[in-house]
Amino acid sequence: MPPHQKHSLPKAFWIAGLAVVFLLLYAPIVSAVLFSFSADRFPSLEISGFSTQWYAQVLTDRAILEALWNSLTVAGLTALIASALGFAAAYADYRFRFFGQKAVLALALLPPTVPLVILGLAMLAFFSRIGIAGTLMAVVAAHVVIAAPFAMAVCRLRLAQLDTELEIAAQNLGAEPHSALIRIVLPHTLPAILAAVLITFAVSFDEYVIAWFTGGLNQTIPVAVLTTLQGQVDPTIHVIGTLSFSMTLTLVLIALAVVLNQSGGRMSKEET
Amino acid sequence: MMTNPHLKMQGLAKSYGTFVAVEDFSLDIAEGEFIAIMGPSGCGKTTTLRMLAGLETANRGEITLAGTRIDQLPVWERKTPLVWQSLALFPFMTVRENVEFGLKMHGVSRAERRRRADDWLERLGISDYADRNVARLSGGQRQRVALARSLVLEPKVLLLDEPLSALDAHMAIKMQGELKKLQRELGITFVYVTHSHSEAFSLADRVVIMNAGRVEQIGSPQDIFLRPRSKFVAQFVGGISLLEGKISGKKDDEWFLETRDGKVRLGHGCGLAEGETADLAEGETADLAVRADRISVTVGSGWGENEIACTLVSEEFAGAVVNLHLETASGRSLVAQLQQRDLEQLDASIGARVYASWHPDDGFLLESARTSGSEPRERAA
Repeated sequence: MPPHQKHSLPKAFWIAGLAVVFLLLYAPIVSAVLFSFSADRFPSLEISGFSTQWYAQVLTDRAILEALWNSLTVAGLTALIASALGFAAAYADYRFRFFGQKAVLALALLPPTVPLVILGLAMLAFFSRIGIAGTLMAVVAAHVVIAAPFAMAVCRLRLAQLDTELEIAAQNLGAEPHSALIRIVLPHTLPAILAAVLITFAVSFDEYVIAWFTGGLNQTIPVAVLTTLQGQVDPTIHVIGTLSFSMTLTLVLIALAVVLNQSGGRMSKEET
Repeated sequence: MMTNPHLKMQGLAKSYGTFVAVEDFSLDIAEGEFIAIMGPSGCGKTTTLRMLAGLETANRGEITLAGTRIDQLPVWERKTPLVWQSLALFPFMTVRENVEFGLKMHGVSRAERRRRADDWLERLGISDYADRNVARLSGGQRQRVALARSLVLEPKVLLLDEPLSALDAHMAIKMQGELKKLQRELGITFVYVTHSHSEAFSLADRVVIMNAGRVEQIGSPQDIFLRPRSKFVAQFVGGISLLEGKISGKKDDEWFLETRDGKVRLGHGCGLAEGETADLAEGETADLAVRADRISVTVGSGWGENEIACTLVSEEFAGAVVNLHLETASGRSLVAQLQQRDLEQLDASIGARVYASWHPDDGFLLESARTSGSEPRERAA
């Protein structure tokens, strides 16, 4: 045993602690998954039988399907725009040295730290002034603001592994700036951009507060769920929760796999 | 000055804010010449090279290559490929893709690209690795890829920025020989930046010594080695002892230097260019330089004409030769280089009193100290 572990608590203690953390994190989710397959109207621990009736009900509910479509549209557009902006910002920070660079970087990464209620309210006020409040485009615009910093962070990590000399070396061999960007920087950053698309999609797909403030009558899935819950306890909620969770988890896992696989792989910065 | 230089740099200057990186760099290079630019780190040698490649924009000055002015052109239109210190190979490409890259950017057709790239891979002996990823090559192989990638463009001039610094000593010496051979065969002008004396002296036709943004001396390796013009060059090249003193008395066309450790005779012409002795004035301050291998060390006095009593401070073993570090009574350091077997005959231990002597003709006065009176300039940061 290494000396620094000599006086620490037994390993079992840490494992138990970790188990508690995971239990608290995942028990509610597991319960939602369980109850989504329950035949009972109300959730209780004596589950009387297995049923997929609530799934059938959700998949035929026009309001839910419309909300799902809204969510997919908003998340899809948000993912594309936020990833493009995030890459551009990360590239500017990587490639150029300019006055106030640190300040610009801090400002660009700031939005996720602003409380959502404040952001949502401010967005609503601003969007009403320019006349787009209550449209899906308003939700997209607002979601881009909170999702782009995540895209930028992912792209920055990847760019940091690329020797800045490579792009200049390409230019030195006759590549015009745009060719050097497309042939050298983009291929290297592509995995991060893909990861950014998946993560920003997940961020937008899950987001409730801003979507509720700015979306008006155009409900996204989280808004529809909470609206439903306000009136009644409906077992279809478990179904929506389970589906949303699986989808988000899948996206994030794929993103993680892409990023982890690449950063340890052969495309990492040349060893010298 | 050359009548029709191939690559001409005229009055190049670059500063960053108040920091002067290069000030007034001018050099005419003939076609097929191998030029080494050498100096301590921060002397401006790399900045000069980067200005040639267009990676830095000169504040002043002109660059002309084969009759065309290129200093206004952007990097990608200059056709001045650079072999980077870090090599800067494209890590996600194979060896062949790296070599083909420049041709692709110049719109060369796929078949032609392939043919020319394979030619160079063959020539540099790396054909076997053509389809391998560059990350999986040895240092020497990567070096060859970097060279092939630049040379495949058939440039008029090849720029090299400390290209061998990443290699181990054995490999670096091997590559030195190959580089020189390649350059002779191709007849391409090479501009080679290095801080290594052995690389510069063994490779170059002419060496440019820079210090603090300025050119100190331009000359053949022999010139610089045997006749450094300034104190800085003498110290940078090494193996030279310097004695400061005042010019004194002309007796029968002979000059002397009055040093703090006694009077020494200067050789015929004082080692200065013809006619320059006429400018020598009595009482003028001057630096006398004597190469270490021209200084004899004896235990007894009376063996040589110019003789200074010293203390033996240390011995430094350097293969076939040994450097003896001596200190004069006034505290000045001298260095003498002896053959191993001469040392065995010298019966002196560290701390012993010895005599350093040399033939007057082996000493020479440094020009720059006389003409401009300048010390090696400290850089204004």
